[in-house]
Amino acid sequence: MPPGKPRPGSLLRSVRTVFLKDWRSELRTRYAVSALLMFVITTIAIILFSLGSESASADALSGMLWVVIFFASMSGLSRTFVMEEERGTTLTLQLAAPPAAVFFGKLLFNLVLVTGINAVTVLLYALFINGFVIRTMSIFVVTVVLGSIALAAASTVIAAIIARANTKGTLYPVLSFPIMLPLLLSVIEATRKASEGAFFAEAGGEFQLLISYIVVVVVSSSMLFEYIWKD
Amino acid sequence: MVLKITLGILLTAVIVFGIGLPMSPHPQAWYELPVIPGLEEKARIIFFHVPTAWLSVVAFLTSMWYAIRYLRSRDLAYDIRSSAAAGLGLMFCILATVTGAVWAKFNWGSYWNWDPRETSIFVLLLIYGAYFSLRSAVEVEEKRATLSSAYSIIAAVTVPFFIFIMPRIMPGLHPGSKGDPEGAGPVVDFKMSPNMRVIFFASLIAFTLLFQWMFSLRVRAAKIEAHNRQRG
Amino acid sequence: MSDAVRCTGRDIRKEFDRRSVFRGVSFAVERGETLLVTGRNGSGKSTLVKIICGVLSPTAGGVTLEVNGATSPDARLHAGLVAPYLQMFEEFSPLENLQIASGLRGMPFDRSRAAGLLERVGLAARLHDPVRTFSSGMKQRVKYAFALLHEPRLLVLDEPTANLDDEGIAVARGIMAEQRRRGALVVATNDPGDVETFERSVDLNAAG
Repeated sequence: MPPGKPRPGSLLRSVRTVFLKDWRSELRTRYAVSALLMFVITTIAIILFSLGSESASADALSGMLWVVIFFASMSGLSRTFVMEEERGTTLTLQLAAPPAAVFFGKLLFNLVLVTGINAVTVLLYALFINGFVIRTMSIFVVTVVLGSIALAAASTVIAAIIARANTKGTLYPVLSFPIMLPLLLSVIEATRKASEGAFFAEAGGEFQLLISYIVVVVVSSSMLFEYIWKD
Repeated sequence: MVLKITLGILLTAVIVFGIGLPMSPHPQAWYELPVIPGLEEKARIIFFHVPTAWLSVVAFLTSMWYAIRYLRSRDLAYDIRSSAAAGLGLMFCILATVTGAVWAKFNWGSYWNWDPRETSIFVLLLIYGAYFSLRSAVEVEEKRATLSSAYSIIAAVTVPFFIFIMPRIMPGLHPGSKGDPEGAGPVVDFKMSPNMRVIFFASLIAFTLLFQWMFSLRVRAAKIEAHNRQRG
Repeated sequence: MSDAVRCTGRDIRKEFDRRSVFRGVSFAVERGETLLVTGRNGSGKSTLVKIICGVLSPTAGGVTLEVNGATSPDARLHAGLVAPYLQMFEEFSPLENLQIASGLRGMPFDRSRAAGLLERVGLAARLHDPVRTFSSGMKQRVKYAFALLHEPRLLVLDEPTANLDDEGIAVARGIMAEQRRRGALVVATNDPGDVETFERSVDLNAAG
């Protein structure tokens, strides 16, 4: 029986396989999720202790939320590629899967991971940080969703780059921060607006930027990925 | 040779005229520059600060261009050019940031204000820093070239979000930002008189030629170095 | 129905950091043939193997894989590799690894075929245990199953009998013989006992 020839539907299957492999692996070891959870809890606790009985301005609190989210992303989103390098399975993936499938499968994984962690972070932050008030919930929800997607998009391609370099850990935030700055400034501004009680339409500029950022980053990373991935 | 001499003359002229020409409130003669209210003598820095900022962007785009060519051809000669341009870009970026901070101190009171254009040049600095950190973290030449090329392209793709969009959304101090009542253009305040404009554009051209010259020197030096490494 | 397969290497040169690993390597291997790649340690056997499988780009020259006359650029579907440096997904069982193997290649998973293949390499007793708990010999057997699941026309073996006991070596020999009937075989090794017959050869000692 001759083996299957490449069909369009089979790329989808490859993407699904990459995603499910990472997902099931994570479910079994729970490595990334527990580390991330601890990171978020610890960071929020540190913020609480540093603030003490002082209250910070709404602006500062909006910014700090995204600082926590950014560093949590830096903690956990490189794992999907670094893990393959550490376990020596990069070659296995290169051999069997099309590069596009590896990219989109892992992008999907990072998306699920970051959305989950951000939801928890936002929840904990809202519960425990006094003075953090959201008056326009619609802006905030859209901001967190768009921000998570944008974070996943930018972090995945950078993770692919640093996984192939030597000093993986410290390089990741250094490379990611300049790329993510437009994203961060937008979400912080939008969160501030949500905090102040602005109308949904007022955050239109930020949402436009986030959406175009997502599109541009995903398209260019998917084109670059093949070069990064192949030796 | 001709290039070097032309460049030398041009740059000298720019420096001399930029600093030396007198400023008067009602300029009559061709050699008198107008006084811009609020800036006065400090306006001279426009001849030097803007070109360095301009060059740090040009260098970045040059680096990205060669990065694309490297990825398509896998010819390491392109990577040499890409990193040579980036090195110059880093230098000019530092100059732009420093001259900008000096100007900011004299004009607006403090060295740094997180005005969008200040933030942009800072981000460019971060990108250059990240680029070279990445290069130093990869030992194999081909891989180093591939990864840094990919990074400079991704960085280049996110940079427009700053240069064009951020100043629109956030108010800033630079001329041309959202809060500027004069409503000047995005890059340069064209309120300069004709003779100022001549010096300004001459400076722009001079600096660009300077970049071109330094770039070709760096590429030649890098090629020799690579050649020696191959022999030894 | 028999598939014609031909793998050709033309004047392959590979450099790392501007240092030449080998140059001027050419070969051709067809269905029914074995290509033997030899060379001392560091001569680039594994490098050549990776180039043949399409996961490493040569500095110059190229490898063409033709299946049924069509120049198939996609070595993923038509080549299989067993090597010491090719790792399995060790947190999963061998059966799950095979499921991943076919999924990555975009092919539907034939569970019974996979189980049969694992049985053939002698892993019937450990179908559902994570590979991480296996001995190196058993891991080698999983690698064989992983490489054979999609019935590759070109099978590439780097150190085919590494870590295998006598029983495992017999299985490997059987696989190699069958591969010669069905397609082409490439073996990279320094152990002369690994290969019974070969039609073509490349000696990397002479290609530095």
